[in-house]
Amino acid sequence: MTRLFGEPVPRREDPRLLTGQGRYLDDLGQGALAAAFVRSPHAHAGIVDIDLSAAIDVEGLVAVYTWEDLPERVGAPLPLLIPHPALTHGRTAYPLARDVVRHVGEPVVMVVARDRYVAEDVCSLIRVDYEVRKPVVGVPEAAAGAHLVHEDVPGNVGAHLVQEVPAADGRSAAQAVEDAPHRLTFRLGIERSASMPLEGRGVYARWDADDRSLRVYSSTQTSTSVRMALAARFGLPLPSVEVIAPDVGGGFGVKIVHPWPEEVLVPWAAMLLGREVKWAEDRREHFVSSAHERAQEQTVRVGFDDEGRVLGLDVTILHDHGAYTPYGIIVPIITSTQLLGPYRIGAYRVEFSSLYTNTVQVTPYRGAGRPQGVFCMERTMDRIAAHLGLDRTTVRAANFIQPGEFPYDQGLIFQDGRPLIYDSGNYPESLRLLKELIGWDDFPARRAEAAREGRRLGIGIGCYVEGTGVGPYEGGHVQVTSDGRVHVSTGLTSQGQGHETVFAQIAATELGVPLERVSVVTGDTRRFGYAVGTFASRAAVMSGNAIALACRKVREKALRIAADALEADPGDLEVADGVVRVAGSPGASIPLATVAVLANPLRYAFDEETGRATQFAAGAGMDRPPVDEGEEPGLEGRDYYSPIRSTYASGMHAAIVETDPDTAEIRILRYAVVHDCGKLINPMIVEGQIHGGVAQGVGGALYERMVYDGHGQLLNASFMDFLMPYATEIPLIETAHLETPSPLNPLGIKGAGEAGVIPVSAVIASAIEDAEGIVIDRMPISPSELFDLRRAPAPG
Amino acid sequence: MFDITLRVNGVLRQASVPGRRLLSDCLRHDLGLTGTHVGCEHGVCGCCTVLLDGEPVRSCLTFAVTVDGREITTVEGLAGPGGELSPVQRAFAECHGLQCGFCTPGFLCTATALLRDNPSPSEEDVLEGLSGNLCRCTGYQNIVKAVHRAAELIAEESR
Ligand code: FES
Ligand code: FES
Repeated sequence: MTRLFGEPVPRREDPRLLTGQGRYLDDLGQGALAAAFVRSPHAHAGIVDIDLSAAIDVEGLVAVYTWEDLPERVGAPLPLLIPHPALTHGRTAYPLARDVVRHVGEPVVMVVARDRYVAEDVCSLIRVDYEVRKPVVGVPEAAAGAHLVHEDVPGNVGAHLVQEVPAADGRSAAQAVEDAPHRLTFRLGIERSASMPLEGRGVYARWDADDRSLRVYSSTQTSTSVRMALAARFGLPLPSVEVIAPDVGGGFGVKIVHPWPEEVLVPWAAMLLGREVKWAEDRREHFVSSAHERAQEQTVRVGFDDEGRVLGLDVTILHDHGAYTPYGIIVPIITSTQLLGPYRIGAYRVEFSSLYTNTVQVTPYRGAGRPQGVFCMERTMDRIAAHLGLDRTTVRAANFIQPGEFPYDQGLIFQDGRPLIYDSGNYPESLRLLKELIGWDDFPARRAEAAREGRRLGIGIGCYVEGTGVGPYEGGHVQVTSDGRVHVSTGLTSQGQGHETVFAQIAATELGVPLERVSVVTGDTRRFGYAVGTFASRAAVMSGNAIALACRKVREKALRIAADALEADPGDLEVADGVVRVAGSPGASIPLATVAVLANPLRYAFDEETGRATQFAAGAGMDRPPVDEGEEPGLEGRDYYSPIRSTYASGMHAAIVETDPDTAEIRILRYAVVHDCGKLINPMIVEGQIHGGVAQGVGGALYERMVYDGHGQLLNASFMDFLMPYATEIPLIETAHLETPSPLNPLGIKGAGEAGVIPVSAVIASAIEDAEGIVIDRMPISPSELFDLRRAPAPG
Repeated sequence: MFDITLRVNGVLRQASVPGRRLLSDCLRHDLGLTGTHVGCEHGVCGCCTVLLDGEPVRSCLTFAVTVDGREITTVEGLAGPGGELSPVQRAFAECHGLQCGFCTPGFLCTATALLRDNPSPSEEDVLEGLSGNLCRCTGYQNIVKAVHRAAELIAEESR
């Protein structure tokens, strides 16, 4: 049997992407008109007047639109994608600002022109008069509630949610903390960062007036959902709208949000003007008008016993969600649930308030709230260890859920609305592997040796559990054509994860065909209309299983038809290399291509091969209709995978850092990862996902932050000032895999996309704290901040 | 408008451009060579790197008019005449040096020039050589590996 599942097969996307033949959004529609936007320069202001007079005569200008110009449905507020009962004050933006702007970068006027240069000229000539209001910036100001982001949202509180799992004896978490032999209370903070894919967002739309149909290309993580949103907004029949995600230059979460203002306005303008229109986001626009994540302030109260076992944990989170909540409160929900990690906690209470500020909206960025939760829990574990004078890994091990305890119910509701029940895992073994990989037990000697040379070393650790593969569902369609080729499609989208490769591996393995015969299409609603999207490390789990199930249907059908043709029992047949054979009798075989021909009874032959399926060709019995009852013509199948709940991947990272005693420079000397995402489809690709995640994590731990001033101006809205790591900043990442299969899905897989980024801030903080003997409670940390911490008086 | 003539990937190309037209836009939108990508338009990410008379430059920081008459190689011109991938391209595929592929053309051009000038670079040389290109997907480890691998391939092939 063709064994491709599990092999590091080279990526099928690469030849095109290596030769400049990729097709990203701005590579399409070379003749299209260009859109550009006048965006608010103020964080909070009323719009008094928009004066177009200076702009109107610019040669090459085609159209200018403000909110007033939009028909009712087009101009309505953007959808609140994920409502939640706790989100009592959800607010979304209008596609173009109506009367008020609530963050720098909010679109106010759309300009369509011959090309982008002209469109930007026009933008610069449009005068908008604002009446500037006091902005709300940062969690403390938002929580104080003295000024409001939305007049009708008291205290700036969009949502407030409490979840509590009492102790086994019914005591509250607060009581369990109170009753514990040891207690600690402390605060933690994480700053803002962002997905920051190298390709920004973009939309390109064509309206076919003859056909009355709309085709939209969008650099999105969910083309099916954009399609439904646009059809609804424009009142078009769904079959008349096609949305395609072309090659996408990275997403990392930001492109799951939809429809963006531009995603509504560009197609609308294309319909109105009867011309192709395109908008490709520039970098500054991406900084000020897409989305950010991460910012949280946390207060932790924890009670534990002499072994470090957590008896009670009570966490209060203030979450900054920016000016609008199109993606609901998914991020703080994930933080509060995934905070628990691989641990069994005596009693747990978590409360969050999700607050409005006059800044860019906050929606998931790779990790999606988990890095904050893991930071909280892992800092807590380190504090417990320090308090008790125990090794940090000992305290963790004392709290681990044991391999025999799965499925393990944490007693909370996860982001998919379903119970947080871990399906499988082996945390003690992960820890053992990690300690071995990084040399945990030998570290004291290494540190001492370094100290003799005047160098300062520290080691840190972080553990996490990641709910992956959230529902509701994905589907797959598989068609074998009479040339023997296999066409696979699924609705979710790709942004570099190698789906064309891994899904082809699954199909080739399931069907027993050579990989070269399989082609995969993702994110194209012309090929597959039902899908949710790519986020939450779900693509491999969801579409991978759906495609496997669809292939199994196809295989079964192929065996039935081949059995007829070979006069054999389907149970005696096997498929390898694209040929169906009777096991043990090499002469009796039929290629899948021929099976595909036979699967589609024909009246008209179009070549010699298909002549075999026509009505006067020998074969079919006269006692049955050409297409049997319950059958369909063609060798194809469609199936869906819809899990009862998420599957929980896990991992542990450790790092050795060196801090410079004089300059406080922080260098990562070693970085080790143990990762368990169940069965690996393609280890090379999984490893690549981990590398990329860790690199983003290192960025988030040491370099990246969004710096807003008190006026709500983003001071570092460029790559010059927002410091993403280069090759020189990323350490060598050493990885080891554990494969604990998921019992929840046919392939036994768990998601891997976000894993790498999740514990990095926790790990680096742990290591710096170890090196310095100074408590690290906020991330990211820069050398100058570390320098200041060294000089600050120790907290009494 | 200025009429300019460039030799792009060995072919003479003409374009009529305004003075402010960026070379990146000229290549992408006037000449249809969309393999060169634009990630920041302010000279930091390196996605737009092309070879100008063999030297890597940021096409987003270069006005098209200023390179009239010069020779440019873009990612579309790295493969051999028969379309066979160059050693650098092959090494990137072999080492999984790309994910979304958006930064890749810039890395390929940079690495091609790097290895031409320094056929057996040290680890430091490679890191230094790539330190002007951002990648948000790969974490760089496999890109670095790919550059070393490309050096091997080039050495093998010239033997
Ligand atoms: S686009 Fe030229 S350096 Fe970023
Ligand atoms: S591969 Fe996506 S940015 Fe480098």
